[in-house]
Amino acid sequence: MEALPGAPQAGETSRLGLTMFRVALWLKSPRPYLMLIGFALFLGFWYLAVEVWKLPRFREMPGLTSVVREWLSPSPTYGLSIYSAEYYQHIAMSVWRVAQAFFLATALGVPVGLLLGWSRRFKEYVFPVFETLRPIPILAWVPLAIVMFIATESAVVYLAFLSSFFATALNTMLGVQSIDESYVRAANCLGASRWQVFRHVVVPGALPFIFTGLQISIGVSWFSLVAAEMVSGQYGLGYIIWTSYVMVRYPTIVIGMVTLGLVGYTTSAMVRIAGDYLMEWRVRELALAER
Amino acid sequence: MDQRGRILIEDVVKVYDPAGAAVMAVDHCSLEIEPGEICMIVGPSGCGKTTLLNAIAGFHEITSGRIVMDGEVLCSAERPKATPGPDRIVVFQNGALFPWKTNLQNVVFGPVMQGKLARREAIDKGRAMLADAGLSGVEHDYPGEVSSGMRRRVEIVRALMNDPKALLLDEPYRALDSLTKSVMHEALLEIYYKNKVTIFFITHDLEEAIFLGHRVAIMTTRPCKPKKILNVDIPHPRDYGVLTSKRFRELIEETNDAVHEEALKAFQAGEKEG
Amino acid sequence: MKKILANPAFWRGVASIAVFLILWEIGSRSKQWMAPEFFTPLKGFLGAMGFKKDYLPWVGAVPAPSAVLGSWAAVFVDASYWQSWTMSFFRVMSGFIAAMIIGIPFGLSLAMSRVARGIGFPVFEVLRPIPPLAWVPASIIFWPTQESAIAFITFLGAFYTIVINVLGGARSIDVRYFQAAQSMGASRTDIFRRVILPGTLPSIVVGSAVGMGITWEVVVAAEMISGGGSQIGGTRGGGLGFFIWLSYVGGSYEQIVVGMISIGIAGFVSSELLRWLGRYATPWLKAR
Repeated sequence: MEALPGAPQAGETSRLGLTMFRVALWLKSPRPYLMLIGFALFLGFWYLAVEVWKLPRFREMPGLTSVVREWLSPSPTYGLSIYSAEYYQHIAMSVWRVAQAFFLATALGVPVGLLLGWSRRFKEYVFPVFETLRPIPILAWVPLAIVMFIATESAVVYLAFLSSFFATALNTMLGVQSIDESYVRAANCLGASRWQVFRHVVVPGALPFIFTGLQISIGVSWFSLVAAEMVSGQYGLGYIIWTSYVMVRYPTIVIGMVTLGLVGYTTSAMVRIAGDYLMEWRVRELALAER
Repeated sequence: MDQRGRILIEDVVKVYDPAGAAVMAVDHCSLEIEPGEICMIVGPSGCGKTTLLNAIAGFHEITSGRIVMDGEVLCSAERPKATPGPDRIVVFQNGALFPWKTNLQNVVFGPVMQGKLARREAIDKGRAMLADAGLSGVEHDYPGEVSSGMRRRVEIVRALMNDPKALLLDEPYRALDSLTKSVMHEALLEIYYKNKVTIFFITHDLEEAIFLGHRVAIMTTRPCKPKKILNVDIPHPRDYGVLTSKRFRELIEETNDAVHEEALKAFQAGEKEG
Repeated sequence: MKKILANPAFWRGVASIAVFLILWEIGSRSKQWMAPEFFTPLKGFLGAMGFKKDYLPWVGAVPAPSAVLGSWAAVFVDASYWQSWTMSFFRVMSGFIAAMIIGIPFGLSLAMSRVARGIGFPVFEVLRPIPPLAWVPASIIFWPTQESAIAFITFLGAFYTIVINVLGGARSIDVRYFQAAQSMGASRTDIFRRVILPGTLPSIVVGSAVGMGITWEVVVAAEMISGGGSQIGGTRGGGLGFFIWLSYVGGSYEQIVVGMISIGIAGFVSSELLRWLGRYATPWLKAR
C-alpha cells in the first residue's frame, strides 16, 4: 500500500491529525468548488423558475427569497423562523422522539441481530416471525398503533422504533454473518471459549456493518417519524409541514423541509462519528488506502 | 530437543456429501510426521490438501481413518471432528490477524484467553517475542497499517506464544511476491531454529517446499494421497544460497515430473483453488 | 419440496409462528378472560402503571387472529378489495420503474464523470435526508393531479436508494476490468456497455430490492394521507393503504389487520419478482 505524500506515518497520528490531513486534501482538490457550482445551479434554478420566469407549474410554489426572508425574519409572518421559540420547540420534539425510538431500537435490535447471526437455533425459532412482520410497511401500522396505544405520543415513537428496530437487527445479523470464518477459526485455535469468541471476534468484527445499519436505521426512523407526525401528531417537524400546507402557509413548508434535512443529516453524521470513534482501526486502514 | 508434535495420519478418507454427490477429497492417505520436522505438502490446486489440514486442525470431519498426535487421538471414525486447540495452531492463507486489535494485542490473545498468563506477563512475553522476530516497531499498529509480509510474521509469533506442538500453515505465502517470499522463508527458518515446533506446511510451490522442508510429500490430484515422498538431505541451518546449490537443483529434477503430472491432471479436470 | 418438509429447521420456524399466533390470540381476548374477580389485583396494577385496566396493554386492544381470518374470508370475495391490490401494485411498479429509468442513468453519469459527481452529488446528498413524505405538500401544490403527486413521491423514495446503489456498484468495479477492455481496444461506449453496465448490475439488483421496500412504504403512506386528508379532493384514493384507512375510520379493526397483512404479502411478492428478474439479468453471479 503506497502512502500519499505527506500522509501521516503509521502509528504516529492522533485522530485530530488524521482529520486535519483529510480536510486539507479535500480543500486542495476541485471538489469544494464543484460543490458550490452544484448548489448555485440548484438554488439558481429554483429562484429563477418561481420568481423571475414564473414557469407554469412553478408559479404557485414558495420562492427562494420568500422562504429565506421568512426563515431569517425576527418577526415572521407565519410564526416560524430561527428567531421564534416555537421553531425550536418543534425541532426538539421531533429530535426527542427519534432519540427515544433510535436508542430503544438499538438496545433491542443489536442483541437480537447478534443472536440471529451467531446462534443457529435462535435464528430458526425467531427469524420466521421476524421476516413475517418485517415486510409490513411501518405506516400500515398507523391505525393499529393508534388503537394499541392510548397516547398518540407513544404511538408515534412506536412507529419510528419499529422501522429502526428491523433495520438494525437485520444489518447486525448480516454483519455477524459476514465475518470471515478464518477469524473465528483462528480464535478457536488459540483456545478461546465460545463466549470469548463472541466477545472478542464476533462483536468487533460485526461493528462496521452494525454502524452502517445504525446510519440506515436513524434515517429510517426519521422517515417513519415524519409520516407518523403528519398523520397524527401535535408538534414536530412533520406536523409543521402538514399543517403549513393545510393552512396555506407555503414558505413554512419549505422551512420545515429544510430543517428536517439539516437535522436528519446531523443525527446521521453523529452516528457515523460515533462509529469512527469506536473503530479507530478501520479509520486508519481506510485513510492509508485513500484512493 | 522436544519429542512433541508427532502427527500420525492413518488411512484417512474424506468424502463430501456421502449421501449425494459423494466427492472424495482424501483417499486413504497415510503419513507420519516426526516431532520437530518441517513436512511440506505439495500438490495442485483443489486436490484436497487443505482438507487434510482442516481435519488435523479440527475444522472439518473425516469419514474414516485416524489422526493421532503424540499418542492422543485427535479424530477418528467414531469421533470424526477434532477439537481445535492451541497445541496445533493454523496460520491462514489470507492471514487471520484480528484487524480490530493492535499487533501486540493480537499476539497476547492466546495466553490471555486461556488464562495461562496474566495480562502483564503476556504483554512482556509478547514484546520479547516480537523483538526477537525483528518486529518491535509495529507493536502498537493495527494489522491493516503494516505490510502483508509483516502481518504473516506477527501471525506466526501469535501462534508461537502458545507454545504449540505443531504449526499448520496453509499456503501462507501464496499472496506474496517472490522477493518478499524469499525473505519470509528465511524469517520462518530463523524462527523455527529458535522454537523447534513441528511444521505442517501446504504449498503448491515446489521450490519453496524443497528449500524449507525436511521432507516433501507430493500429493496426487483429487482425491489426494501421497504420490511420492522426498527426503531433502540438504543440512539445516539453510540460507538462500541453497537455492542455487547443486543438490537443490538435483532434488527439483527428481520431483518435477511427478508434480507436473499431477498439475496437468488437475488442470484438465478444471479444479478450482480451495 | 420433500427436503423442506424433512428439515427440522422448517418445523421450528412453523412452531414459533404458531406460538406467536397463540399468544396473540390469548392476548387479544384478554378483555374476556380478565373479567372474573380473580384478576382484580392485576387490573389494579395495570391501572397504576397508566394502562387501561380491563385488558392487557397493547395486545389487548388488537383484534384476535381468528377474528382477522373471519374478516379476511369476507373481504376475499369483495371485488373492491382486489381492486385495491391492483391499484397499489400499479403505483408501486410505475413509481419504481420511473425511478430506475431516471435513477440509473443519473447514477451512472455521476459515477463516470468526476466533474458531474462534484457538481451533482453534494446537492443530492443534501436533499436525501429530507424524507420523501415531507415532499407531499410541495408535490401536491406542484403537480396537477393527485395521482401524479403520489407518483412523484413514490419515485423519490426509490430514486435515492437506486442512485446510491448504482454509485456504489460502479465505484467498486475492479479497475482491472477497465484496463483489460482498453488494452483490447474498446471505445468509451464499448466500455460503458460491456464493463460498467454489467459491473453495476449486481448493485442495481440489490438496490432494487431495498428500493422496492421503500416504495411500498411511500405508496401506503401516500394512499393513507390522501385518504385521510380529505381536503385534497378527488373521489377515491384507492389502494391498500386507503383500504386500511377506511377500515380504521369505519371502525372495523379486523379489516385493518387484514389490510396490513395483505400489504406485507404484496411487498413480499414484488420483492421476490424483482429478485427473480435480477437473477435472470445476472446469471454469472450464480457460480459464486
